[in-house]
Amino acid sequence: MSSSPTLASRLKGRSELGVVLLLGAAGALVIADAARIVTPYSQSDPVGPKTLPFIVGGLLLVCAVFLAVNVLRGGQGEAEGGEDVDLTHPADWKTVLPLVGAFIANILLIDWAGWVISGTVLFWGSVWALGGRNYIRDGLISVALSLLTFYGFYLGLGINLPAGLLEGIL
Amino acid sequence: MDVFSSLMDGFATALTPMNFMYAVIGVILGTAVGVLPGLGPAMTVALLLPVTYALEPTSAFIMFAGIYYGGMYGGSTTSILLNTPGESSSVVTAIEGNKMAKAGRAAQALATAAIGSFVAGTIGTALLAVCAPIVVDFAVSLGAPSYFAIMVLALLAVTAVLGSSRLRGFASLGLGLAIGLVGLDVVTGQARLTFGVPLLADGLDIVVVAVAIFAVGEALWVAAHLRRNPLQVIPVGRPWMGKQDWKRSWKPWLRGTAYGFPFGALPAGGAEIPTFLSYVTEKRLSKHPEEFGKGAIEGVAGPEAANNAAAAGTLTPMLALGLPTNATAAVMLAAFTQYGIQPGPQLFESEGPLVWALIASLFIGNLLLLLINLPLAPMWAKLLQIPRPYLYAGILFFATLGAYSVNLQAFDLVLLLALGALGFMMRRFGLPVLPLILGVILGPRIEKQLRQTLQLSAGDPAGLFSEPIAVVIYIIVGLILLWPLLYKLVRRNRAAAVVPATGSGATSPREVGGSISHGSHRADGPADGDG
Repeated sequence: MSSSPTLASRLKGRSELGVVLLLGAAGALVIADAARIVTPYSQSDPVGPKTLPFIVGGLLLVCAVFLAVNVLRGGQGEAEGGEDVDLTHPADWKTVLPLVGAFIANILLIDWAGWVISGTVLFWGSVWALGGRNYIRDGLISVALSLLTFYGFYLGLGINLPAGLLEGIL
Repeated sequence: MDVFSSLMDGFATALTPMNFMYAVIGVILGTAVGVLPGLGPAMTVALLLPVTYALEPTSAFIMFAGIYYGGMYGGSTTSILLNTPGESSSVVTAIEGNKMAKAGRAAQALATAAIGSFVAGTIGTALLAVCAPIVVDFAVSLGAPSYFAIMVLALLAVTAVLGSSRLRGFASLGLGLAIGLVGLDVVTGQARLTFGVPLLADGLDIVVVAVAIFAVGEALWVAAHLRRNPLQVIPVGRPWMGKQDWKRSWKPWLRGTAYGFPFGALPAGGAEIPTFLSYVTEKRLSKHPEEFGKGAIEGVAGPEAANNAAAAGTLTPMLALGLPTNATAAVMLAAFTQYGIQPGPQLFESEGPLVWALIASLFIGNLLLLLINLPLAPMWAKLLQIPRPYLYAGILFFATLGAYSVNLQAFDLVLLLALGALGFMMRRFGLPVLPLILGVILGPRIEKQLRQTLQLSAGDPAGLFSEPIAVVIYIIVGLILLWPLLYKLVRRNRAAAVVPATGSGATSPREVGGSISHGSHRADGPADGDG
């Protein structure tokens, strides 16, 4: 993204067309899925399972069209602010992507390695992605949080989070 | 009196040592999480939902009552001490509240907010106890056509009246309704939008959707735009008010309550409009109008009271009609459903003790907030300084834990990430979150009412208009939809060149200004729509 500001701003203006695409695709998908349903007309259910999907799909398609017009005419959605949000700098993918990576690692690990390990990876990885560089303290907090929630859920709520590799130790 | 004796029974239930303890835990958790930047009451309830599964329903809802008010209060503390309101309902509080804090009167601002919240919350809860049974009496006479109309009104009102872009609101609503469609159709058993994935047959768990949109989406969004220079938190001692402050606060509290409750109780509820109206009123009535913009205590007292009274008002349609009008009520409704309890007119009949225990614990939660939070305010202020990597890693960690513990399926985490990405995109492009959540929750209910309506009329669309209430509501819906056209006509005739406020990318004070001018547009909407 080291292009000139004019190109960058133009791309920024266009990126909202991605939302248009998403809405359009979602609308088409909902309608196509509903069209596939075959039900005989029933006196006790004249509306049937297809009506609402058609309405919802239609709504999405109409929104997509109007949004496309709105964006091409220069309309822009207002990005959400917040206590910790600084909108003056562009989206920082170097933070977001590792964060998503930590999240996916957790998904892949949770059933096999168990929550204590995958949760530690998730928390430690997220802290690292967000700029934490105190590796030892971060690691200790991660392990402590995972262990605490594991036993807390088991003893307090009767929910057995997967123990995974540590089965028998925990 | 019937209401009174039911309420006393409710107090008896809520004041058993165990339940009282849950109320205390709820208030403390709610405030603590509400104070944390980026976390609102809806997310607090969503994150804590799984934790309450192990409890019996009564205890769980007593805890929710505490979380609900605690989260509201925590949000206002944040906006006074940081001047960057996390929720639209505390935007107005931040204006004068932060000015007061900067002028060294943070203690008084927090005190008037806390005591005002208590006054408004107590009056609001009392009104809830009185009004809900009346609404129920009225609601039992309504049939499917009227319910369908009321739900349409609620969806449209929340989508079209709140938020700065109606188009984007409707887009968000459409996405929510589509998510609500996923799963087996209840009547015919046909699979919709499941793509042959058996795990989708039961539909998307509302906890997963809410946690994904609120928590994961927020964490990813903040991560992408994390502030490099930390915010200045204004240090604060124990909140207190002088005699003069009391004198200037008590009337705004009452007026704010008068604004807040009715707006909250309307199907188009929300706290933005009453807080804004309250601010304008106090500014006009104040004996110190010159202080407004520099930290006038009336400008904190009124809107804060309006905010809390609206929170209580919102529970009226939620409990009496099964109709949530804000995100927190929507998540609470989902919680009711998880326990197999259907909010609505029958609720007071079938689950009377639970409802009255919930209402009683709202009173208790309110009092606890006042008692706990006045002394604890300095500690809450410290919470604002929690290192951001820990805060947002923690949000992701607990979001994952919460979503996973519902079904213990890794697949739910895939959904969590996908919907979290959707939440991120919505924040980036200004799609409001509330219509989506309401669409997910109300979509299946609205379909059920529609099918019942047409079943009764044997497929004749005229059945939709077969009840007078339904017809009246459709007229209101029409007015809401046509309002921008009428508004444009009026404005064109006046030919006034009004510069539209754009808040994006602005510094904090300008951002607040931008939001307020949106508020004024919004404030015009329902006032005329209902008239």
